[in-house]
Amino acid sequence: MSRSRYIAGTVFRMLTLLAAVSVLSFVLVTSSPIDPLTAYIGTNSTLSQEARDEITEHWGLDDPPVERFTAWAGNFLKGDWGTSIAFKKPVKTVIKERFSYSVVLMLIAWTFSGVLGFLAGIFAAVRKGSLWDKAIKVFCLALQSAPTFWVGLLVLSLFAVQLGWFPIGLAAPMGKLAQDVTLEDRIWHLVLPSLTLGVLGISKITLYTRQKLIEIMDSGFILFAKARGEDTAQLVLRHGIRNIALPAVTVQFAAFSELFGGIALAESVFSYPGIGSALTTAGLSGDVPLLLGIAVFSAVFVFTGNLIANILYGLLDPRIKEGRADG
Amino acid sequence: MREKKERTPLLDVQGLSVSFSMYERGLQKKDLEVLHKLSLGVYPGEILAVVGSSGSGKSILAHAVMGILPGNARVKGEIHYRGELLDKERQEALRGKEIAFIPQSLAYLDPLMRVDRQVIGIRGTKEKQEAAFARYHLGKEVERMYPFQLSGGMARRVLISTAVMEEARLIVADEPTPGLHEEVAMETLRDFRQLADEGCGVLLITHDIDLAFQVADRIAVFYAGTIVEIAPVTDFLAGKEALRHPYSKAFIDALPQNSFKPIEGFQPYAGSLPEGCLFAPRCSACSKECAGEMEMRRIRDGEVRCVHAT
Repeated sequence: MSRSRYIAGTVFRMLTLLAAVSVLSFVLVTSSPIDPLTAYIGTNSTLSQEARDEITEHWGLDDPPVERFTAWAGNFLKGDWGTSIAFKKPVKTVIKERFSYSVVLMLIAWTFSGVLGFLAGIFAAVRKGSLWDKAIKVFCLALQSAPTFWVGLLVLSLFAVQLGWFPIGLAAPMGKLAQDVTLEDRIWHLVLPSLTLGVLGISKITLYTRQKLIEIMDSGFILFAKARGEDTAQLVLRHGIRNIALPAVTVQFAAFSELFGGIALAESVFSYPGIGSALTTAGLSGDVPLLLGIAVFSAVFVFTGNLIANILYGLLDPRIKEGRADG
Repeated sequence: MREKKERTPLLDVQGLSVSFSMYERGLQKKDLEVLHKLSLGVYPGEILAVVGSSGSGKSILAHAVMGILPGNARVKGEIHYRGELLDKERQEALRGKEIAFIPQSLAYLDPLMRVDRQVIGIRGTKEKQEAAFARYHLGKEVERMYPFQLSGGMARRVLISTAVMEEARLIVADEPTPGLHEEVAMETLRDFRQLADEGCGVLLITHDIDLAFQVADRIAVFYAGTIVEIAPVTDFLAGKEALRHPYSKAFIDALPQNSFKPIEGFQPYAGSLPEGCLFAPRCSACSKECAGEMEMRRIRDGEVRCVHAT
């Protein structure tokens, strides 16, 4: 009973969220000063007025906004996400192609920041007040306040331009045929963008883990375990990690939204052909179908991240899991 | 009792002072002394109950013996265990083995670890845990429970089980009966009595004097961060004439079963203690001798920190 209610509630929240996201995105993109037609044909195009009118007519740009939105929503519900103006391909295809690039990037950055941040947080908490702790804290706070694109540019100018260790952009060597691109090429191109994205995600999880572990190390059960002969390493390994792992995982899943936000900027800096740079393109060319498609897609993505965090809590925390079984 | 006194105490606390450095008003650091020259001894086979009002710092004594005071604590005085100095290394080596600590409540169990693993800890074994559970009538199903699933009585028995994992000689129990049914509380204390009868020394810290009367051999009266009197429980039961310190007398008088007469005034705050005898401001027998340093004196079969005591 409560489970089916939970699922129904979740689905309802998801649907209202998607409706709100699509309406809001539509209002924003249609009220932006960018003219999709000009963006499409260029400012000094020699296209005749008749041809322009025809395209405007075909795209339905002059229709009243409500009519445009309901037309889009109706088709969307039927599974037709429309055609991207900027890429001249169905929106679904663009998202699928681009996301396959981004998902690798996000996964690497997310895992990297999660694991490293968790370990750094534990280390800082155990050495609370030491020079290491202070250094980690300052590093995290600096990163937390640094904008993604700025960090991306710094990374780019140091490792790609000055040192020349990594390519300055794209997902594969320029001019190489798609079938010739090797896995190493791909990895080599992934390093800098995922480093940028990962480093930015690290500070949150580090600071969170540190704070939480310090709190836990102050609690009564740690005191009792100590009174029973456990040393610091045992306290951290047996009780500390057990008690911070779950909240830390939750924070990391909840960070999906920032990950998606970060990717839009990081991909633009590194000209990485992922969903983030597709979003930028869509925004700059007034590409309504693609923009709405990505907006809805990203909302689902972020929602799923939070949902996973909630479900994990229920599955892993005995207080929730067995409490439910009891009651 | 008498022949026990001739032996070396299991735990011998001499002139223990504990202070915490803390910030008051901005960045001014101040040392706040919460225990003052506290002395007591626990002999094998006896329960010494330290009795005092809630929140007066009795737990600090337990934490000092276990060596689990927070980092900003400073300790003066000496603690001896079985005749040898109980310093930091020895505390670390002995706690959880010969010296067991029994905390107040469930909050001292890891909320995310099953009860059996917690009772076993780092030194116990599954067999010992099963034996302990059998001894304290804890069912098999309790092993797989998490602390939040335990009832108050079960939690007490689980916490006591942790103490019998190793051959503990000294048990330090910090308020082991708060918020418990009288029945459950009595059962808990009987368990302590049993441990003492097996030869353990038990330092029982409590605010519940009635319970202490029932199981303790001797009672130490804790007042304003120190112990003002230690006497056999029979003296307490005999009434105020048998006691030595004016505070203990007044304390006994204040009990509902006696004349239920409250003591005037309040216990002094650790930051603003009077000079000399800490009870002097509230004492009817106060004289100019009370302004000096107050030492623990042996009188009859007990100890007292009062120049007038007879």
